[in-house]
Amino acid sequence: MLRIVDLVKQYKTGDTALKGVNLEVPDGQVMALIGPSGAGKSTLIRCVNRLVEPTSGKIFLNDMELTSLSQGQLRRARRRMGMIFQEYALVERLTVMENVLSGRLGYVPFWRSYFRKFPQSDIDEAFRLLERVGLDHMVDKRADELSGGQRQRVGICRALIQQPELLLVDEPTASLDPKTSRQIMRLIKELCEERRLSAIINIHDVLLAQMFAERIVGLQLGEIVYDGPPDGLTPDVLTQIYGEEDWEATIEKVDDDEQEDIDTAPQRASGSD
Amino acid sequence: MNTATSTSRTWKKPPFIQSPMLRWSLVVGGAIYLALAFGTMDVNWGRVADGIPRGHRFVSAFFPPDFVSRAGDIFDGILESLWITIISTVAGIAVSIPVGLGAARNLAPRPIYLASRAILAISRTFPEIIIALFAVKLFGFGPFAGFIALSIGTIGFYGKLLAEDIEDMDPSQAEAVRATGAGWFQWLNYAVQPQVMPRMIGLGMYRLDINFRESAVVGIVGGGGIGATLLTSFDRYEFDSAAAILLIIIGIVMAVEYSSSYIRKWVQ
Repeated sequence: MLRIVDLVKQYKTGDTALKGVNLEVPDGQVMALIGPSGAGKSTLIRCVNRLVEPTSGKIFLNDMELTSLSQGQLRRARRRMGMIFQEYALVERLTVMENVLSGRLGYVPFWRSYFRKFPQSDIDEAFRLLERVGLDHMVDKRADELSGGQRQRVGICRALIQQPELLLVDEPTASLDPKTSRQIMRLIKELCEERRLSAIINIHDVLLAQMFAERIVGLQLGEIVYDGPPDGLTPDVLTQIYGEEDWEATIEKVDDDEQEDIDTAPQRASGSD
Repeated sequence: MNTATSTSRTWKKPPFIQSPMLRWSLVVGGAIYLALAFGTMDVNWGRVADGIPRGHRFVSAFFPPDFVSRAGDIFDGILESLWITIISTVAGIAVSIPVGLGAARNLAPRPIYLASRAILAISRTFPEIIIALFAVKLFGFGPFAGFIALSIGTIGFYGKLLAEDIEDMDPSQAEAVRATGAGWFQWLNYAVQPQVMPRMIGLGMYRLDINFRESAVVGIVGGGGIGATLLTSFDRYEFDSAAAILLIIIGIVMAVEYSSSYIRKWVQ
């Protein structure tokens, strides 16, 4: 379980990205984090594995407190948290297999990784994962030869081969087409279910968040303004998170009693459907 | 749709310098400076005229190039130059890798960064020929002085470009490898090295080419190699042998040039 207590992040420029966030993610829960650009979504998940150093607050992964770890302890803690990135962030000049195996770097000594002599169990697991995502025929292709969807699947393998307890996912579908986006989100969700992994998924696409997450947290200007089930995202809630806009078409399915609240939303553009 | 606009608006690219005063005074000032500079350059056209037939005689003394009568000296000189070139390139690059890593702002803490940049600045301040003069004074005539001079030149060149290439790398790839819990050296090997390697190989080849040409120059001030042979042949007025040496240098530089562009394409 991940527990975040009073997390504050203030950048050197003076911008406060997070203003005392409290959040609990139980084991096995897939949670989507939505909110406008600059709300602090990326900062929040980067504070968890300390790619960004939090200013104050505490973060617990099970019973380990992450914010007070030394560099060496932090490296070991990072092995327990897999991360999937926007724009994939694969090392482009390395092969698919090298990219996947880089997820094991925290477990092997330097010289073994330098000569690419990973333990056979790691290589078996890499093949298993690549087969699971349908890329086992591309192991020796260079990462920059793959399509966007294929790259993100390699990114998922790299995160999962760490045998993490938690997945931190940063805009996984930001540069993918709608169909591939759905496939990638479905894959992440299925893999989380198979492995009883919890995940925090930063995502811009509200519809995708509703389709694939069991819980939605809305972040606005560094504060949590919504925390609840996907079908609780009413036009009012979305207006609170993102600001005034016509939310009708965005919402997957709106309950009848909430339909009456729509008069607060601005008028619909004519003939946009 | 509002297609019926009565007047069309004009558009011009905004000028690079906003203020017209400043813009025009820079143009006029530049023109005046150029005119004055040409005016102060005291060209004695009589001496230029004298020089042309002398140059003609000089050049014709180069022909036909004589590869044979000093073949032994030329061969030894080339061999020594190649030796200096390769050893100084390898040693210079070996030293410049840690210095370059230290001089990359996104890698090194502030004090190491400043120290490394200072090393680079110092080694880039002096041209190879000045360092060679020092080295000849310190270690005496011969290829060792040339090797020292070219190695120091290589450190400044290669270290600076390596540091700049590291500073330009894609931070998201580096972040992704760091997030796996990789150690610092593993991170260098998996995230930084693949990103900078092709350019570094290309620059290594380019530096090899520079060092070969420079080895002829440092030879003239006593750094050994083909430069020394070239100087001797000039001193003896054996211009045909000198021509042969120059042709060989051109040939080797061209060979390195072609192979380096081939290798660069291959490592991309």
